[in-house]
Amino acid sequence: MAFIQNLINGIGLGSVYAIIALGYTMVYGIAKMLNFAHGDIIMIGGYVAFCTYTYLGWPVVAAIVASIIICTLLGITVEFLAYKPLRGATSLAVLITAIGVSYFLQNIALIIWTSNTKSFPNMVSFMPSVSIGDITISGTTIITIFACILIMVGLTTFTSKTKLGKAMRAVSEDRGAAELMGINVNVTISLTFAIGSGLAAIAAILFLSAYPTLIPTTGSMPGIKAFTAAVFGGIGSIPGALIGGILLGVIEILAKAYISTQLSDAIVFAVLIIVLIFKPTGLLGKKIREKV
Amino acid sequence: MGEILKVSDLHVYYGNIHAIKGVSFNVNEGEIVTLIGANGAGKTTTMNTIAGLLKPRQGEIEFDGSSIVGVPAHKMVYKGMALCPEGRRVFLQLSVKENLDMGAYSRPAAEIEESLEKVYAHFPRLKERSKQVAGTLSGGEQQMLAMGRALMSKPKLLMLDEPSMGLAPILVEEIFEIIKELNKAGTTILLVEQNARMALSIADRGYVISTGNISLTGTGQELLTNDDVRKAYLGG
Repeated sequence: MAFIQNLINGIGLGSVYAIIALGYTMVYGIAKMLNFAHGDIIMIGGYVAFCTYTYLGWPVVAAIVASIIICTLLGITVEFLAYKPLRGATSLAVLITAIGVSYFLQNIALIIWTSNTKSFPNMVSFMPSVSIGDITISGTTIITIFACILIMVGLTTFTSKTKLGKAMRAVSEDRGAAELMGINVNVTISLTFAIGSGLAAIAAILFLSAYPTLIPTTGSMPGIKAFTAAVFGGIGSIPGALIGGILLGVIEILAKAYISTQLSDAIVFAVLIIVLIFKPTGLLGKKIREKV
Repeated sequence: MGEILKVSDLHVYYGNIHAIKGVSFNVNEGEIVTLIGANGAGKTTTMNTIAGLLKPRQGEIEFDGSSIVGVPAHKMVYKGMALCPEGRRVFLQLSVKENLDMGAYSRPAAEIEESLEKVYAHFPRLKERSKQVAGTLSGGEQQMLAMGRALMSKPKLLMLDEPSMGLAPILVEEIFEIIKELNKAGTTILLVEQNARMALSIADRGYVISTGNISLTGTGQELLTNDDVRKAYLGG
């Protein structure tokens, strides 16, 4: 029974990683860059939700919407100011810029909110926990898993059914050919950042509702783990982000429960290394098949 | 017949490499015009520059009466120009139908169905495989898809870059037959080819490009029988 309990907790944590991983994987797929500042967008989203909810006394839904809007705008702005001028530059230049943006956001947060720990309120506490026999599933976990499923279904529908979504897939495969179709690549990239950053805000609220420590570096660890999850599942792949995220969460919680709390992160990354040795493109990574 | 495309004194550089050195040519409405020349002569560079993927350093490109120098590539298709690029570049992970939908990205939704029927009429095999992922098509089918995709934008000028590349001779014949059909149906065509014999045999006019310059021009028949062209590009 304890095993099933851990499994469910793992899926809950993994769902948050999956939502964050979507931001990494979509941006990588479309813009071919690793946005290392993605984790810090999560942190900003956390602070916005915290301030509007705790200080301004806004209702939960308003605080969540505010956080999503601010993160979306922030994502678009960061892309426009920092990454767009580097379109066509080497990937190393873009990577270093992304790391720079990450530190920039952390330091802005440090100035505005100081380094004092804020205790994030559980914003999804309206959902009661559910008990089945010995197993108790917290309301936060239920909401998180539910949100993750909803986002996955929504995104999959968007990319497979809508004109804009198909255009995103076209850009991710061949930017030049997509331009020839009349697709504005810059707009597509902005849209990708907007979606990824909006999801980061949702992830922030879900993550902090379960792990309530809010400091300017809060985004780093879930960020790096979600990045790992994206690579694990196959970067660029939306279902890969889901599978990678869930597996990572489950492995982490099981390692904590049965092996060692201190070693859990080491175990998570060891599994990543092993997977990449045998499947360098990740679990669902696309094999590029080309006929000339 | 009006002039649809006019390229004047075009110069294109790759970094410091002067790839196109003053190319001038024109295409009239209803024509098939071909650019032939050896590998590396600058045919594809010329096409990509016209399509807006590369920026010329000097020269003028007029399309349908207005200058298109500096217009970004994604706006060209709205002006009525479609490039079917070298190497086909179909979206391998999208289905055949989705590729065609992307070709119609610039069109109002209400008009797409009609174009789709036309493309399927020219390429019945695309209809049979509409749900199939493009990466699983054969080379010839991918070429048909690339052409069909370009046609979905209902272009005034269809630019085809090496449509015969890597195809079996029987397929090359089929593709060229379709190009003739498309032209008869009213599409003006600018064709770049290494297969000079095939290209010249269907073209109204041709231009020979060598190392970034137009070295010769004439009707398709004139060039086919020209001694220099025969020696250099038609194998004697």
